[in-house]
Amino acid sequence: MSFVVPKETYSGKVYEVSIGTEKVVNFGGEGMLPFLAVDGAVKNRPLIAYEVQDIPPDDWPETVKKAYEGVSGNPVDWAKYCQDKLGAKAIALRLIGTHPDRLNSTPDEAAKTVKDVLAAISVPLIILGSNNADKDALVLAAVAQAASGRNCIIGKAQEANYKTIVAAAMANNHKLVAMSDLDINLSKQLNILITQMGFDKEMLITDPMCSALGYGLDYTYSVMERIRLAALTQNDTTMQQPLLGDVGMYVWKVKETQALEADLPLWGSLEDRAVAWEAVTASAFMIAGAELLIMRHPKAVEALEKLIDELM
Amino acid sequence: MALSGVEIFKMLPKTNCKKCGHPTCLAFAMKLAQRQISIDACPDVSEDAKKILGEAAAPPIRPVTFGAGDKAVKMGEETVLFRHDKKFLNPTVFALEIKDTASEDEINKKVEAVATSEIDRVGQKLRIDAILVENASNDSGKFESAVKSIAAKAPEVPLILSTPDPAAAEAAVKAVADKKPLLYGANESNAEAMANIAKTYKVPLGVYAKGLEAISAFTAKIKGLGVEDMVIDSGARKAKEILEDNTLIRRAATKKTFKPLGYPVINFIQRDDSMVEALMTVLGVAKYASIIVISNADRWKNLATFALRQNIYTDPQVPMQVEQKIYKLGEPTPESPLLITTNFSLTYFIVLGEAENSKVPCRLAVMDTEGLSVLTSWAAGKFTASKIAQFIKDSGIENEISHRELIIPGYVALLSGSIEEKLPGWKVTVGPREANALPVFLKSRA
Repeated sequence: MSFVVPKETYSGKVYEVSIGTEKVVNFGGEGMLPFLAVDGAVKNRPLIAYEVQDIPPDDWPETVKKAYEGVSGNPVDWAKYCQDKLGAKAIALRLIGTHPDRLNSTPDEAAKTVKDVLAAISVPLIILGSNNADKDALVLAAVAQAASGRNCIIGKAQEANYKTIVAAAMANNHKLVAMSDLDINLSKQLNILITQMGFDKEMLITDPMCSALGYGLDYTYSVMERIRLAALTQNDTTMQQPLLGDVGMYVWKVKETQALEADLPLWGSLEDRAVAWEAVTASAFMIAGAELLIMRHPKAVEALEKLIDELM
Repeated sequence: MALSGVEIFKMLPKTNCKKCGHPTCLAFAMKLAQRQISIDACPDVSEDAKKILGEAAAPPIRPVTFGAGDKAVKMGEETVLFRHDKKFLNPTVFALEIKDTASEDEINKKVEAVATSEIDRVGQKLRIDAILVENASNDSGKFESAVKSIAAKAPEVPLILSTPDPAAAEAAVKAVADKKPLLYGANESNAEAMANIAKTYKVPLGVYAKGLEAISAFTAKIKGLGVEDMVIDSGARKAKEILEDNTLIRRAATKKTFKPLGYPVINFIQRDDSMVEALMTVLGVAKYASIIVISNADRWKNLATFALRQNIYTDPQVPMQVEQKIYKLGEPTPESPLLITTNFSLTYFIVLGEAENSKVPCRLAVMDTEGLSVLTSWAAGKFTASKIAQFIKDSGIENEISHRELIIPGYVALLSGSIEEKLPGWKVTVGPREANALPVFLKSRA
């Protein structure tokens, strides 16, 4: 019995998405499982965006907060630091200050923040709401207009608020993140609703809902794998969008990124553990199929980039 | 190639005698096709059919065990490429490399790190499973004494003895043969000698050849020499090669039933940069490694990679559950709030995380709902007013707290009245629907 390479050929492929205007970045586009060059060409590197906020990161754990000491006081300095000093290839600006439980800042204030950040950076911008469905509809409509012509990604459109957000993205020519609750069918359903409004299926990015290592990673991992397989084997146009892993906000909430070594000596160094928690979570999703990752700690990004180098 | 139920049926006696416990031969054939029963249950099947069916029923990846006693590790037996198709069975073995050139002190530290690596996580004990002793000195005496000393210090830890030198291998294997170590390994230039040692001492053999074609031919050769239990190394060391080789090996074994590659895989992923080593471990665990050899057992790295392995190897069909009890968050006083939720691990973790983030000390009552989430368990009749009332009464919490207020998830708000009826003297407060609203909710009450 001699060995025959068991290659797979697929009928479908992931759409390639291009964002930004000054510095344009592409992601997605592959016609095989992640990095499996034996089945097809690796078209683009997965894109890692650094997360910044419209307000100072007071609620971020110490380990990641101190990585942005001195620059996180305002979003413009913070975004510039990520771009110029950390070499960020994209920035994800989360407008968390607009949440009614936070500063409840207005859509106009959010729009001004977006304009200021856009004026300061040349890499592509991802603009995210505060994950309050009602408020996001108002905020994202305003910021989509403020960012008109800059080919951003805005999000996240969810079942409860997608109509306004889709219309705003369409009117201002942005890409759009569609998020549903950790279920392949819900994800498909939302993509259908959005494309039925006339939104271009190739401008959409699917967020099947992220999770952290040890806290539901297995669910996100398998939903991502199943979506990617559906895209490849069934040529399903509502499953062929690139996948987003919004890693940082889930990881930097869990105990493992915060508990002191003095309290839990078996868990080892807090700094390394916290960075590893983010890097491990992100790398698992990347292996499952995520092409766009939003992350917080520079060292976690650095480690993931090294893994990508080895995988390319 | 796995046989279909109908193909199997054609080989059965077709008498519908029911001696196997199934109403018809076809029903029995279907069970066989799903590998849920052994052909031995049929007393009348021909020897020829038995042989064909036996081979077809063998797992596409051979089960291989090394180590002895409770901590022996089993590998292989996997049948699928994706965990959503079927649970990944035997979790990746993490093996810490110790070089025989290391000082006594360094060896002691590493052995100690393995011995104390065990962590309890969601009811499972997770640890560094094995030690690989590397014959870096190329000196057989040194290798043997390192192996002996490590085996004495960590008598229960399964060992991998790594040397290409048959003389060194024989001396070391002989010294610890009762611990059934994995001998790594055989290559083109020492195949006969290594196969002999493996046969003589009845230990599994790690085999190396560069590339999938070479390793396929080589496992056939070793099998011809009489060794069945093998662990294979295709020489992949970089991430790209590991991903490709491991995937192709798993595909060939499970989809093509290509026997020469139907063995557990060992990956060497040691890196100077510990963070990168952690990510290489992710790649190996996610993509089919049965053994991953690591260079250090830093506790932070252990915790992250153990959690990842646990996540990848859980059964996607069976929800992970946590123990039913009342958990204390922070240092609650008798006045601190009492919340209730279900024991689906994800629900528990999310509620726990958010409640902890609030920094408000409280008690979280986690009720056994067979691992279902709040809404699902309510719909399934497992999270009902009477069951909740019973749980609260039986828990003895009334002796620990001074108040009688229970905060229930917002999704089951409609239960509040009936819980109050069944728990006289208690007040039920409806909490938020989503856990992420808990910090605001708890802080506003504090």
